[in-house]
Amino acid sequence: MRFLHQTTTPAALFVLAAVFVGACGAGNGSSTVPISATTGVQAISGQTVTLVTHDSFWVSEGTLREFTAESGVEVEVQRLGDTGQLVASAILTSGDPLGDVLYGVDNTFLQRALDADLFTPYESPALTGVPASLILDPGHRVTPIDFGDVCVNYWIDAFDDDLPEPSGLADLVDPAYSGMLAVQNPETSSPGMAFLLATIAEYGDGWEEYWSALRHNDVSVTTGWEDAYYGEFIAGGGDRPIVVSYASSPPAEVIYADPPVDSPPTAVLTDTCFRQVEFAGILAGTENRAASEALVDFLLSPTFQEDIPLNMFVFPALEAATLPDEFVDFVKLPDNPHVLDPAMIEANRNDWTERWTDLVLR
Amino acid sequence: MTGRLARFLCVGIPVAFLGLFFIYPVVSILGFGLSGGGLEHLVGLPGSATFRGVAWFTLWQAAVSTVLTVVVALPGAHLVARRRFAGRRLLRALATVPFVLPTVVVGGAFLAVFDRLGMSDGSFRLTHTVWAVLIAHVFFNLAVVLRTVGSYWEGLDPGPEEQARVLGASPAQTFVMVTLPRLRPAVAAAASIVFLFCLTSFGVVLLLGGPGIATIETEIWRHSVWRGDFGAATALALVQLVAVLAVVGVGNGLQRRRAVGLRTVVARAPVAGWWELAANLGLLGLVMGLPVAVLVERSFLSGGGYSLDNYRALAVRVDLLPLTALEALVNSFVFALAATAMAVTVGGLASLVVVHGQRALSRVFDLGLMLPLGASAVTIGFGMLIALDQPPLDLRSSRWLVPVAHALIGVPFVMRTLVPTLRSIDWRLREAAAVLGASPGVVRRRIDFPIAARALVVGAGFAFAVSLGEFGATSFLPRQPDRLTAPLALFRLLGTPGQQLRGQAMALAVVLMVITGFSVLAIETRRGSAGADL
Amino acid sequence: MLRVEGLRVVLGEVFVLDGLDLEGVEGEVLVLLGPSGCGKSTLLRTIVGLERASGGHVAWSEEDLTSAPPHERDFGLVFQDHALFPHMDVASNVAFGLLVAGLPVEGREARVAEVLDLVGLDGFGERRVDTLSGGEAQRVALARSLAPGPRLLMLDEPLGSLDRALRDRLVADLGVLLRGLGQASIYVTHDHDEAFALADRIAVMGEGRIQRIGTVAEVWSDPVSTYVARCLGHENLIELDRSGGCALGRLGDGPGTVLLRPGKLVLSHGLDGIEATVVGSSFRGGRFHLRIAVGDMEILIPAPEAVPVGSGVRLTIGSDPVIPLVT
Repeated sequence: MRFLHQTTTPAALFVLAAVFVGACGAGNGSSTVPISATTGVQAISGQTVTLVTHDSFWVSEGTLREFTAESGVEVEVQRLGDTGQLVASAILTSGDPLGDVLYGVDNTFLQRALDADLFTPYESPALTGVPASLILDPGHRVTPIDFGDVCVNYWIDAFDDDLPEPSGLADLVDPAYSGMLAVQNPETSSPGMAFLLATIAEYGDGWEEYWSALRHNDVSVTTGWEDAYYGEFIAGGGDRPIVVSYASSPPAEVIYADPPVDSPPTAVLTDTCFRQVEFAGILAGTENRAASEALVDFLLSPTFQEDIPLNMFVFPALEAATLPDEFVDFVKLPDNPHVLDPAMIEANRNDWTERWTDLVLR
Repeated sequence: MTGRLARFLCVGIPVAFLGLFFIYPVVSILGFGLSGGGLEHLVGLPGSATFRGVAWFTLWQAAVSTVLTVVVALPGAHLVARRRFAGRRLLRALATVPFVLPTVVVGGAFLAVFDRLGMSDGSFRLTHTVWAVLIAHVFFNLAVVLRTVGSYWEGLDPGPEEQARVLGASPAQTFVMVTLPRLRPAVAAAASIVFLFCLTSFGVVLLLGGPGIATIETEIWRHSVWRGDFGAATALALVQLVAVLAVVGVGNGLQRRRAVGLRTVVARAPVAGWWELAANLGLLGLVMGLPVAVLVERSFLSGGGYSLDNYRALAVRVDLLPLTALEALVNSFVFALAATAMAVTVGGLASLVVVHGQRALSRVFDLGLMLPLGASAVTIGFGMLIALDQPPLDLRSSRWLVPVAHALIGVPFVMRTLVPTLRSIDWRLREAAAVLGASPGVVRRRIDFPIAARALVVGAGFAFAVSLGEFGATSFLPRQPDRLTAPLALFRLLGTPGQQLRGQAMALAVVLMVITGFSVLAIETRRGSAGADL
Repeated sequence: MLRVEGLRVVLGEVFVLDGLDLEGVEGEVLVLLGPSGCGKSTLLRTIVGLERASGGHVAWSEEDLTSAPPHERDFGLVFQDHALFPHMDVASNVAFGLLVAGLPVEGREARVAEVLDLVGLDGFGERRVDTLSGGEAQRVALARSLAPGPRLLMLDEPLGSLDRALRDRLVADLGVLLRGLGQASIYVTHDHDEAFALADRIAVMGEGRIQRIGTVAEVWSDPVSTYVARCLGHENLIELDRSGGCALGRLGDGPGTVLLRPGKLVLSHGLDGIEATVVGSSFRGGRFHLRIAVGDMEILIPAPEAVPVGSGVRLTIGSDPVIPLVT
């Protein structure tokens, strides 16, 4: 058996090494520094906190380093899937959390996360700069960090005086706009869910009637945002001039235009928006409570908040945060976006989506 | 002593790998789900008309996709196995390329092709139909059949076919009565992989099938991720695993029939006739070429004309991403190398056990190591999260977990290409070597290994490609931002409006394809030297 | 020196070898002769260690090899269908045994060249094995087995798949080669002509045992049993009746089978002798062979010239014409 000895041993060592290195490299900052009641910089300096978040999370290179410079706390970011995957993972691992702070649960999933007791309350002093409408958990188990509006977008050039752009949800069932709207399946897409919630917030129990009419008006349903925006909508070469997207889509159409443009080719119907608020919360079971609190405070600091728009294409929760020019120039935020109580969303979403599926897809 | 150690490692390494990274996590998550209402769901499933519809559709689309893939791929397999032509090696490498393309990109390309052919609407509508799903499955899996069967076919003695022709059989009769039965182990191996792939296909079904179509895989995802109903998801995952076990069991049975001898005297392959070449390339071009051509065209489209701008942009980081697209490609490449090394090690050893081990052990290995291919990414991802959380197995956020997850899916490819070839090696060659003084180990190294190297290389190429393009399980594992992989970067680029981002995504997809093509080509050209040492 | 004692091998439920004894002699070519299926191949495979003995011993001089694995026996075996390694060229095939024995490169190259030269394949080293003709492939297989210098070389019907003319030439070459090397060899065949052409000693196998062993002359002139006589190609076996008589007259003392010694029955030129009829004629090896009916018997005798079928002839019988055989 000389051969097996000679050739499999290095391979075996490789695998074993992989396992061992993996095991050793996996220490995710479970520091043994005792929890201190005083949250002084001295007490937490040298600790590492792990920020668990979704795959869309990103901030400029130096932003988190600024936090480390101020507090002495290192931040390790772990990104995991989309919002749904992130929340499901956090619930599954609630006995042994993946990190110290979770950032990225939104109001459509909030109640599910709260019901699972994922978070421990923390009322950040920075909340004073955040509008009360974003603070959806009075118990402060989660802290609002950013928000984004899911709105109906339209291709400006597709409309003119003969056929002006629709003015709101009601127009979308007008036969004049037949075959123009592309939406996403609320069971597979976050903006799709938000748009369904917008119609429920607008029409109450009449939402089913509204969707029957939409279907009658030849609405196109796709699985995700990408195939709606790039497959159906004019921006990606499709033939539909109206699509469910974000309030931040027009500035993106300018920033990432090719060739460059002075103003976006798309605009937003502000009466159709549903507001998605993203929260951060300190995960129950953390051993780095003080450092985690410091991180949540930092997430609401102007440094972090002003870095949010261009990296994540959502809006800072902090009212005083300065927006980049493109967001100032090309974003129209609704004065009264549609909102629904997270508890109500969680209690009804399965029922709503099932009825929606029957109405629109069957 | 070393013999015992070697045998122990042969069995122990695959067992440890599968047990630790698949069985333990899957059992953990299933146990979690069953205790959380899964049992009631399971009991309720047979009575649910919705479930029966979904289950039937899942099996149906997988079966039809598999048959179509085999039918479309066999002429190409014959071409690469039995004919000589310029670019034969290139064609083989190119065929692997679709494998790495993220479904979101391929979906878009297919939709564009349908659109251009006038099939996105009207009576020949393909968009959001089951046909779109089937066509895309053929696109993704063609290479599996082409290469697995092709490499096996190449090693078959052409004598019986020649005999049949001389006895008066037409080429078609010869193929059906002589060739096909002899190819059965390889066809069964390839088909069972394709079937599992289609059974658990996710992106293709959602994107091309549209919102009206659901399979067990998409239902598992919907119930667990969107509805937070782990009980229902677990019941479905159990059903899926049982179906996979059944499929693998049947497939393995079909493969077990021993092929008769690798050829010892080889007639040189004839040069391909132009019509034969044209017909084959035409077919492959239609299924694989068109969507790829659309991608390539889009990747050059920028600033209203054609240029290399999108490719230049890959070296510049956009705000949305922690790394440049090129750095993400490097990450993917490194992960793929690690995953391939693990898949080849585990799959290679397991294949030896399957072929040379005791019967019961052999069957268990043959079955067990195929399972990850048919398990939902949700099951594997969530399972790893809840199982691998305690020292010494606190691997959840280890950088090695991503390649390990990829290797789990790569191992079946290594085994399915290696096992039929190892089985078909003429036992007299081993005896001749033994009599010449080669110990069993030396026989493995000098005879089995070089002869099987061709198959091993094909399997390794697939493991590499699978890892490069893997998106599902990866997205369930926590990763640091600087470990961004190319498919994830691509997904992020496509998730924000702006032609610039889209163009860059297309360029990234094309680079991913080219890297795959070259890597596979490079691995394969090395095989010529194997075993020829004096 | 090879010693096989009481060897028993069971394949399935059948005793293929059943208490077989065999001793080799230093430097000789021993030919193992027997019909297809008599266990010759099994014996070789057991001697080299590819089959497991269920009883008895295989030894080299005082060294018991019964349970040694094949690669530790230092024997060579040339397979009937060559079993050349398809993934190696000719030189690598020939070098294989040297490589696994750990010989350094220079030594291997020199030995490979030497052995290839020996089998007449000088310069074939870089040829792919799938481009060789049958005879070339056989010689490569031989070279491969000779290269490590095995203490015993076994050849399992190595020429079975070749045409007659090539076979005759290769047998002759092989005899010269093996004797020139003083290589102890066991050569298995079912063809008695091949056996006589090559053998120092012949062992005739049947029923899982060696039925007769000895020099070519010894065995040919006294096969002892009808079985061995038939294996050796003796054609004129005669059944005697209770009184020892047959159509040729009284040839023995009682019932049994006897072998008519070659040359003891000839065509008579005179009018005396036993009456017989020619029923067949063939030409082989430069002579005519007549099939002649005498009473209820048929006998084959050589003749210098053709005799038309149907002619009547007369036969003369010499003294001491038969050897008694055991059935």
